[in-house]
Amino acid sequence: MLSRTAENLYWLSRYVERADCLARILDVAQRLSYTPVPTEAPTNEWGSAVLTAGCAEEFVARHGPLEEANEDHVVSFLAFDLDNPSSIRNCFEVARTNARSVRTALTSEMWDVINSSWIELRSFPDKALSREELARFLAFVKETSLRFDGATFRTMLRNDAYWFTRAGAHVERADNTARILDVKYHVLLPEQEHVGGPLDYFQWASILRSVSALTAFHWVYRDSVKPWLVADLLILNRAMPRSLASCYDNLSRCLDDIAGAYGRQGPAQRLARTTQARLSNRTIEDIFQSGLHEFISEFITDNNKLAAEITEQYLV
Amino acid sequence: MRRAFDEMSCEDGTVRQAYDSLNRWLSKVPHEILDQRRKEAEFIFRRIGITFAVYGEQNAQERLIPFDIVPRIITNEEWGRLSKGLEQRVKALNMYISDVYGKREVLKAGIVPEDLVYQNPAFRPEMNGQRVPHNVYVHIAGIDIVRTDPDTFYVLEDNARTPSGVSYMLENREIMLRLFPELFAQHRVAPVEKYADDLLATLRSLAPRGGSEPNVAILTPGIYNSAYYEHSFLADKLGVDLVEGRDLFVKDNVVFMRTTEGPKRVDVIYRRLDDDFIDPLAFRPDSVLGVPGLMSAYLSGNVTLTNAVGTGVADDKAVYSYMPDIIRFYLGEEPLLPNVPTWRCREPEHLSYVLDHLSELVVKEVHGSGGYGMLVGPMADKAQIEIFRAKLKHDPANFIAQPTLALSTCPTLVEKGIAPRHVDLRPFILTGSDKVRIVPGGLTRVAMKEGSLVVNSSQGGGTKDTWVLDA
Repeated sequence: MLSRTAENLYWLSRYVERADCLARILDVAQRLSYTPVPTEAPTNEWGSAVLTAGCAEEFVARHGPLEEANEDHVVSFLAFDLDNPSSIRNCFEVARTNARSVRTALTSEMWDVINSSWIELRSFPDKALSREELARFLAFVKETSLRFDGATFRTMLRNDAYWFTRAGAHVERADNTARILDVKYHVLLPEQEHVGGPLDYFQWASILRSVSALTAFHWVYRDSVKPWLVADLLILNRAMPRSLASCYDNLSRCLDDIAGAYGRQGPAQRLARTTQARLSNRTIEDIFQSGLHEFISEFITDNNKLAAEITEQYLV
Repeated sequence: MRRAFDEMSCEDGTVRQAYDSLNRWLSKVPHEILDQRRKEAEFIFRRIGITFAVYGEQNAQERLIPFDIVPRIITNEEWGRLSKGLEQRVKALNMYISDVYGKREVLKAGIVPEDLVYQNPAFRPEMNGQRVPHNVYVHIAGIDIVRTDPDTFYVLEDNARTPSGVSYMLENREIMLRLFPELFAQHRVAPVEKYADDLLATLRSLAPRGGSEPNVAILTPGIYNSAYYEHSFLADKLGVDLVEGRDLFVKDNVVFMRTTEGPKRVDVIYRRLDDDFIDPLAFRPDSVLGVPGLMSAYLSGNVTLTNAVGTGVADDKAVYSYMPDIIRFYLGEEPLLPNVPTWRCREPEHLSYVLDHLSELVVKEVHGSGGYGMLVGPMADKAQIEIFRAKLKHDPANFIAQPTLALSTCPTLVEKGIAPRHVDLRPFILTGSDKVRIVPGGLTRVAMKEGSLVVNSSQGGGTKDTWVLDA
């Protein structure tokens, strides 16, 4: 297939995934902002939402320091701001532009999801949303990614177009999970454990909620929420679709399918397998011992490197 | 102006036979139902994304072309006459272009004045003495037809560069089949869906080298082009790649596309890009849409471009006025489809006639298209007429004039119900190395405003499904 087509498909699904992740981040920030906070340790969940979304620099330039970030600014910046290249609205715009460029490679069902949600997005006001409107908006965004993944899964031929589409979603998803961990790793560290107050519980639960894993947690561990188990679930648990391990299982499979179809392995495949192996051969104790923060930072770097390799090898 | 010829109803109120059953149906179905179906059609069009862009309009980046749900009917017998005339016309166009870039017998014989070739901005000296694969230049033609009475179909315009609109012909039919299955049960409508197969067969037949599976691609300027939807639609129907300039490169005079598996050779490019933009090395150096080296690959005979480079020399409105003579010259036949009588303002007697009759005539720029830059005398006010008078005096050769034709009307759904609106017709004629293919029908464009004669979509015109009845 055309390199540009593969590139558009790959980015199309990355942007759909990104929009979904942003919606979850806003969801969780909103929830945490209702939670009573002890006055001696004030936290700013809205600032940390911006940090997790990975656009702190642009935000600060526009609205001032993160510590003073407020709900209105963060919601409008992450959800609607056209000057923020990663706002949900821009994700939808770029996704649709990509989709238009490769309409011939999409099934009509996939196009329909992208186009109709792009049309629906315009029906939401872009500022001063009431809480209910915001909730409805976030639900709509999450539903769009579900519909898109569903359409992809149900209607697309299993060939390189499909694999590039899925590869994009997994790269983006791994990046998002890793960034959530990166921003929140300190609440998972052992020294915080003895605090164990209600605030910590909310923090841990909110991490799980931001990747829709609170229910899954209980099913997997049959235990109360503990920080090292949260980390285990999100990093190493292969059964958990948003864990780093699961993303890399899927990513490796997509890349191997591509290599199989083209009859040629390359650096992207090797890099994906290396990271995949690193995620299978570790225990969470190991990771905590050698430093959770370092592990996550390294993962984010490697994930970016893989994205660059995929681009180099196939998309240009 | 007298009442225009209506394709459904005669002046005495009787209904023509071909429209009989449609008319009965129309008078039976309540207006609200029709209106609801119209909205449904609009919803589907919007949802599928069948939109087009009007340049220079802000905030209206993607617009829908209004779709009229009342079909236009053409009888089998009428279509038979039309298609013979179209084939003849396109054959002559091809022979003319081949001659213009070859021996120029038409100029030597004095049929067409030399400056219409040499001073034509669409003339491509690069094509002089070159042979194009299979000696076909206009592989895809759109010939605009208007009707003024039961028997007369005029050719209004030849489009020999990159005519668009065929996706509407196909999508309009799909929508009609979805919305009005009962109507199709009552009529034997000749299908149009074969167009995609015909186009692919045509393009493949034109490949420069042998081999069973020539690689065909459609070249688009990209998603911001007004006809982008059509480009992607056609690529999808044909099952070929839709490429942009940056997807292609030329090495050793061979064209390749960049794929995830490395370079792949391209044999036939159906380009939807004007000559000016296809190759920055050969034409406009500032074009970022084209492919450097494409022209030289083309002239080396390693790739076929459809339509050929330089076809614009045959489709401006000044050359148009010579088409009847061109047909006689090459084919030794009388034109089967007449031209609209045309005054060439480049000729002093014609110019003075036109200047004296501006309020009755339609004046068009020789190289204009899309309904821009024209004067419809009977609809214009004094000031507009005076502006055109000045333009004409300043640069007469840039204009032609025609009588204001009473274009035929067809029943159309408007706010108040069904009313007659003026229409034209653009059939698409495919010329391969093997034969000519025309699917029955074409794109009917309709001026949605009462009394308006301008059917161009850029001017608010709409479209209709066109039914050629099988016997």
